[in-house]
Amino acid sequence: MNKTPVIHTENLVKKYGAFTANDMLSFDVFKGEIFGFLGANGAGKTTAIRILCGLSKPTSGIVNVAGFDIYKQTEKIKQNIGYMSQKFSLYEDLTIRENIRFFAGIYGLSSKIIKERTHELLTKLEIVDLGDKLISSLPLGWKQKLAFSIAVFHRPQIVFLDEPTGGVDPITRRQFWDMIYDAANDGITVFVTTHYMDEAEYCDRVSIMVDGRIEALDTPAGLKKTYEAKNMDEVFLKLARASIA
Amino acid sequence: MDQYAVIAKDISKAYADVEALNHISFSVKKGELFGLIGPDGAGKSTLFRILTSLLLPGSGSGMVENFDVVKDFKKIRKIIGYMPGRFSLYQDLTVEENLNFYATIFGTTVKENYDLIRDIYVQIEPFKNRLAGKLSGGMKQKLALSCALIHKPDVLFLDEPTTGVDAVSRKEFWEMLKNLQEKGITILVSTPYMDEAGLCDRVALIQKGKILEIDKPHNITKRYSLPLFEVKTSRMYQLAGDLLEYASTQSAFRFGDSIHLSLKNEETSEKEIMDYLTGKEHGQIAIRKIEANIEDCFMWLMNR
Repeated sequence: MNKTPVIHTENLVKKYGAFTANDMLSFDVFKGEIFGFLGANGAGKTTAIRILCGLSKPTSGIVNVAGFDIYKQTEKIKQNIGYMSQKFSLYEDLTIRENIRFFAGIYGLSSKIIKERTHELLTKLEIVDLGDKLISSLPLGWKQKLAFSIAVFHRPQIVFLDEPTGGVDPITRRQFWDMIYDAANDGITVFVTTHYMDEAEYCDRVSIMVDGRIEALDTPAGLKKTYEAKNMDEVFLKLARASIA
Repeated sequence: MDQYAVIAKDISKAYADVEALNHISFSVKKGELFGLIGPDGAGKSTLFRILTSLLLPGSGSGMVENFDVVKDFKKIRKIIGYMPGRFSLYQDLTVEENLNFYATIFGTTVKENYDLIRDIYVQIEPFKNRLAGKLSGGMKQKLALSCALIHKPDVLFLDEPTTGVDAVSRKEFWEMLKNLQEKGITILVSTPYMDEAGLCDRVALIQKGKILEIDKPHNITKRYSLPLFEVKTSRMYQLAGDLLEYASTQSAFRFGDSIHLSLKNEETSEKEIMDYLTGKEHGQIAIRKIEANIEDCFMWLMNR
């Protein structure tokens, strides 16, 4: 991992009327890093992710994603990121190949490259024979792995994963993290949210949002030391519960 | 039967060519907090819908408080509370209107059973004039539970109440369930979070429509028969791969900041593992024998 920031925010504020959803967020995410973005429900994670993906504008503050300005270059940003969530991933009524062609086409890849990479991907996932199966016929674990592969198919600089492993069985959940590590090794920056605290330990650095602010940002080991906690679950409870009480 | 609130007997259910439930049998004692633990697609929701009389079983039978889930469905619906996995309250009614609506449907009033929901409802009462659709995830969940309880049901069915909920809210939710259990309500709850199994009196581990194991959580973990170690080194990224290449390894899974290593037999000593890892250029090696947790057991049973 090198220290080139691929996400840079400075005093990012987002207000909805009188309500401040994101309150002076300042942080950097570096190239090839696995960055865990944690927080309780309603802490402001989704608002921030929507801004970083170029889907919503901040009220004030500086935001750069993949080298582009959030106010003027959102289309450039969208071309340089990938996104996947548990709720929205693939089209159930299209086949595996059709989904790949659809998403790759949106990102403007040529037919030749799509063909090459499709073969490469299906081979890697060991599903060459299943390419013409409908997504709806696949088990959830397979869908999630495929959705991730498609999110990075156009080789984005950053991939945003919003609770990618929710509800997935424990073995598949770990295989999914193997894929995340591979992507990070290839230089793709991974920005991930999760409610599984063991997964927070797999990240290079973790931020924890509380009531719209970033309350803590460090390596998992650093956070455990600072908050005198034996695991990330305890760190999270100390920070998030303190705000409720 | 008297001692049981819920009995599932050899229930199977298929959708087209997918077998959602495959000969499921279990029973829940009166007053018990019983957990169905398994990932999405295991068949948990199908089972809940059959037991709450919303779906007919393909074969087999189910009883709730001595009523048959097919023949006596009207009686069952009066005595159970059901919180489905998807938020299903009226989004365009306020918090208070939703609660009044559910109370009225069951021929009761909020006042009559307020005692039962007080601890939960007070947390959302400041927002009682807000539309349900405008609530945060945690508040929706508390309202849904209040609505499922307002007619003082004998048995409560909660389908993945904590999915997508943060770690703090999850802990609070389980504290609420414990309080309800103390008031004599039988609770059947499903969850994909393995760490919640330990909060139940008994659990059924379920995967692909089949029950892998039913017992008290600590009885299940006691039956894990392989030697299990927690391993940490200076090179965590490489560790899982290196351990999988080790001849005695049965499995090596990431668990937070360590790897859980299970071995095929008792013969291999910690020293031998240590020597192997040193040979693979790992430093700061820490190996500790540990007891299995439910997630270790689930993965072991999945692979068997």
